Amino acid sequence: MEINSIQDGQLELLLEDIYTRYGYDFTQYSRASLQRRIQRLFTLDNFPSFAEFRYRIQTDGHYFRRFVEEVTVNVTEMLRDPGFYRTLRTTILPVLSTYPFIRIWHAGCSTGEEVYSMAILLKEAGLLHKSLLYGTDINPLVIEKARKGIFPMSQMQKYSENYIQSGGLQDFSSYYTANYHLAKFDSTLTGKMIFSTHNLVSDSSFNEFQLILCRNVLIYFERELQAKVFQLFDYSLENFGYLALGSKESLRFSPIAGRYRQVGREKIWRKVNEAG
Amino acid sequence: MKQDKILLIGGSAGSLQVILNVLAAMGKEYPMPVLVVLHRNNAFESSLEALIASRTQMQIKEVEEKEPVTAGIVYVCPADYHVLVEKDHTFSLDYSERVHYSRPSIDVAFRSAADVYGPGVVALLLSGGNADGAEGMRHVAENGGFTIVQEPQTAEVPYMPQQALLRMKVDVVAPTEELPGLIRELGDAQEL
Repeated sequence: MEINSIQDGQLELLLEDIYTRYGYDFTQYSRASLQRRIQRLFTLDNFPSFAEFRYRIQTDGHYFRRFVEEVTVNVTEMLRDPGFYRTLRTTILPVLSTYPFIRIWHAGCSTGEEVYSMAILLKEAGLLHKSLLYGTDINPLVIEKARKGIFPMSQMQKYSENYIQSGGLQDFSSYYTANYHLAKFDSTLTGKMIFSTHNLVSDSSFNEFQLILCRNVLIYFERELQAKVFQLFDYSLENFGYLALGSKESLRFSPIAGRYRQVGREKIWRKVNEAG
Repeated sequence: MKQDKILLIGGSAGSLQVILNVLAAMGKEYPMPVLVVLHRNNAFESSLEALIASRTQMQIKEVEEKEPVTAGIVYVCPADYHVLVEKDHTFSLDYSERVHYSRPSIDVAFRSAADVYGPGVVALLLSGGNADGAEGMRHVAENGGFTIVQEPQTAEVPYMPQQALLRMKVDVVAPTEELPGLIRELGDAQEL
């Protein structure tokens, strides 16, 4: 039980501090979830008062990194929603294969599990050699982990099941080397990846892609910010490129919806008209 | 000003039949929104909505992110997502860590609804095998909401309602067979 719970007004102050001091703008994040995450950190780190919590964030850049890591959600897995990956294999990759060079952006990639999943699919489709996968996240700590390509061994059985359900025909364990409780993924996969920090709230487009994946990120944003991020994706997507979202996310209410057509039943949309 | 209300129903193992009975007794129009937080297996995906729809006359749907909370609709939490309520009475989804091994978590949904609806919450906690929900119930009570727990001896799995009773004083402890009538009466009282 918390003796101290953070009030709405205090939360506003904190978000303002963070924006001024560090340039991270959390003010358009869905408030209920953000408040819960911040409250959780405040309780976890045993701050005696809100004032001390606020002071620590303001004055200790190292602690702020922890704040970003704990407050943003970094739950992810390899080949989550196998049906989605099956559609990528059967419907999307055959189209991408016609391009001389394939650029894919995983926006909000967290620790990179989805980027590795995609690299495996590309490899099996014989496309990895002409592909480049960009993984970005607001959080520098998860990007460091993503670069290493080392994941807990305890997850591999689940991932292997996902892999088979997604239509994988190889032995999933051939993609990593097991070392005690860790699984290190093959460097032929990592070699085609570029990881970097990127803030969807404030940073602009940095390339043009044929496929952008942003799954379970937009649920944390308010509608207005979602609209802004959709514009960014639209701007970063080639004509006839694809945008893939999380299983409970939709393009339906966004300002770019008119230019996109959904592909089958999965949360994948194809850009069919240029803006303007 | 009329207080906005919401009925929260949380349950885990052994609660599905009770939920179906409670919803069936509501008739066609219940005067508040109903949020069902049921621990469910991913594999069943959408069959839960269909099952509930076949037993109740009320409109039923899975929660969609940012959708407004509307009276008279039964909302079901999607498998594998937490559901929260925003100050502007819209739903948010959240894919963060499991709470009490559960996603959706009853604690997460109840706490956030209590923050927004305060004394307008009616919360019902049912049968289940883990401690999820107890903390949420306490939070509902602290914010002035009305709490009902299924009498543990009459629940298929008594652990979950027991955990709530250990932690707090609830408003009503009712045996399984009285729950549908009780929830219906609360709705009728609200309409007056």
